[in-house]
Amino acid sequence: MTVAVRQWPAEGVARVPYWVYSDRDLFADEQARVFRGPTWNFLCLEAELPKPNTYRTSAVGAMPVVVTRDNDGKLSAFENRCAHRGSLLCINERGEARDIVCVYHNWSYDLAGNLTAVAFRKGMGGKGGMPADARPDENPPRKLRVETLCGLVFGTLDSNTPPLEAYLGPEIVKGIRRVMRAPVRVLGGYSQMLASNWKLYMENVKDSYHASLLHTFFTTFRLNRLTQKGGLVISETGGNHISYSFAADTGGKEYEKAGMRAAQEGFGLEAPEVLAHVDEYGDGIGLQILSVFPTFVLQQTRNSLAVRRLVTHGLEKTELVWTIFGFTDDDEAMTERRMRQANLIGPAGYISMEDGAAPGFVQRAVNSASDVLSVVEMGGRGITSDDTRVTEAAVRGFWTFYRAQMGF
Amino acid sequence: MPKSGDRFSEKHALGLDPKNHAPTKISAMDVETTFKVQDLLARYIQALDHDRLEDWPDFFTDSCRYLVTTADNLAQGMPIGMIYATSRAMLRDRVRSLRDANVYEAQRYRHMIAPPVIERGEGGIVRAQTSFMVVRIMHTGETMMFVTGRYDDRILLDDADTPRFVEKTVVLDSRQIDTLLAIPI
Ligand code: FES
Ligand SMILES: [Fe+2]
Repeated sequence: MTVAVRQWPAEGVARVPYWVYSDRDLFADEQARVFRGPTWNFLCLEAELPKPNTYRTSAVGAMPVVVTRDNDGKLSAFENRCAHRGSLLCINERGEARDIVCVYHNWSYDLAGNLTAVAFRKGMGGKGGMPADARPDENPPRKLRVETLCGLVFGTLDSNTPPLEAYLGPEIVKGIRRVMRAPVRVLGGYSQMLASNWKLYMENVKDSYHASLLHTFFTTFRLNRLTQKGGLVISETGGNHISYSFAADTGGKEYEKAGMRAAQEGFGLEAPEVLAHVDEYGDGIGLQILSVFPTFVLQQTRNSLAVRRLVTHGLEKTELVWTIFGFTDDDEAMTERRMRQANLIGPAGYISMEDGAAPGFVQRAVNSASDVLSVVEMGGRGITSDDTRVTEAAVRGFWTFYRAQMGF
Repeated sequence: MPKSGDRFSEKHALGLDPKNHAPTKISAMDVETTFKVQDLLARYIQALDHDRLEDWPDFFTDSCRYLVTTADNLAQGMPIGMIYATSRAMLRDRVRSLRDANVYEAQRYRHMIAPPVIERGEGGIVRAQTSFMVVRIMHTGETMMFVTGRYDDRILLDDADTPRFVEKTVVLDSRQIDTLLAIPI
């Protein structure tokens, strides 16, 4: 069924119909309306293109994209598809290049994605070649408008997308500026292949309600009482959010003491130094999860920092790409801290391994319940910011903005 | 290859001098060492595959270092991977978290390892590099090739003591993990 025949439940975003995760046609519509529509898609960190004349590949939804930095340092992004017969232009994840040459028939492009040469255009020895009136760049790779904020590179394919900061909203811009406090050093990366629709992962990110319920690492080791107040900030559009909480301890001493106490009583961590952190932002916030519609996540878990993005390989096949970073001014002790606290995140993360699986649990159950509705009423039916995380307001915000893009 | 001068990659990128991968003669002493290393590896993978996770930390020294990362991260001189521990106590914490805290579907691994290539070092330390494949078997019966890679190990192998890993770097060939990585590699 296509968008035209789908109807959102009368209750609004307090209900989500399960067909949103299993409708093949909807997935195709989303590629056009969400990913190639008026949205900003996170492409990579500027630090992943550290030098002039470099490129790296990324994606917007399912569309492969090349991001480049030219000789003058200018960033560009364009579809990774040749104007000729549609081959991928870049088949490597990253590299150095002064121009991009298609592997198939050697058509070449500058780093802004403009076709500059067609091999054997005039043929050879008066034979072959293209007709004089041919327009080889009739179907060029689509170009993205690129904007950066604090070292994050975003791209959009729609000329109607508002400027990045307006799209994000002032609270989200502030949240990004807070985390990205210095020039970035990339510390590692990996990805997870999730057997679920991309929206299930994004809902999980925006679902601040599940945090202490699904992830029992902190409660099992009796560390949760140190996690203090927090809250939820939702952009006016609903599409972007920040969920945060304070960590009472600084320098890990509190944790260590509590951990050892609990260990003596038989339920704490034996090696609480895995969590030892410093308050590098000086504001006591120990956790800040920030998301930007459609598929960007910026995460600060103590001193563990990462950006995440999704590649929508298929209706039920989503790749979650993590890039873990620190800052160029980190000393050895800080790098070691970030390495230890990286145990909290990623596919083996103490508090994030469940997030890879939970979307799949939903997918498997709802595939045969497409006309049933899920109830999203924790914290009311609205999409306003709150000083509690026991709410699904950011999930409703996601659906509010999603519906606006999709037109239902 | 890792950048030189990087604190991490110098210490951990590659256990062995590449020239030691070339065909070479072996002495009787090497045969005994090789046998001990193989035996340690065989016991190690059986502990993991047979759900004896509580025994897993005992394959390491007290101040061991265990890292699961990707070949790409190492090649770029990037230190962060998926699991990192700097003591046997941290490994025990991970086991307890897997048993008591983390939520994941019941699953088992089956490790297959190739014979290790070894190199003797100072102070009873042996370096070993071993290729592995891990098949993951879910409770549903679904069986998949989960990860492949190599172990870059530094093993304490003196006559007085039980052989143990001083350092184990698990270098995954791919950066992509299906769903999650719960049981250690
Ligand atoms: S497809 Fe790229 S040159 Fe032919
Ligand atoms: Fe979560």
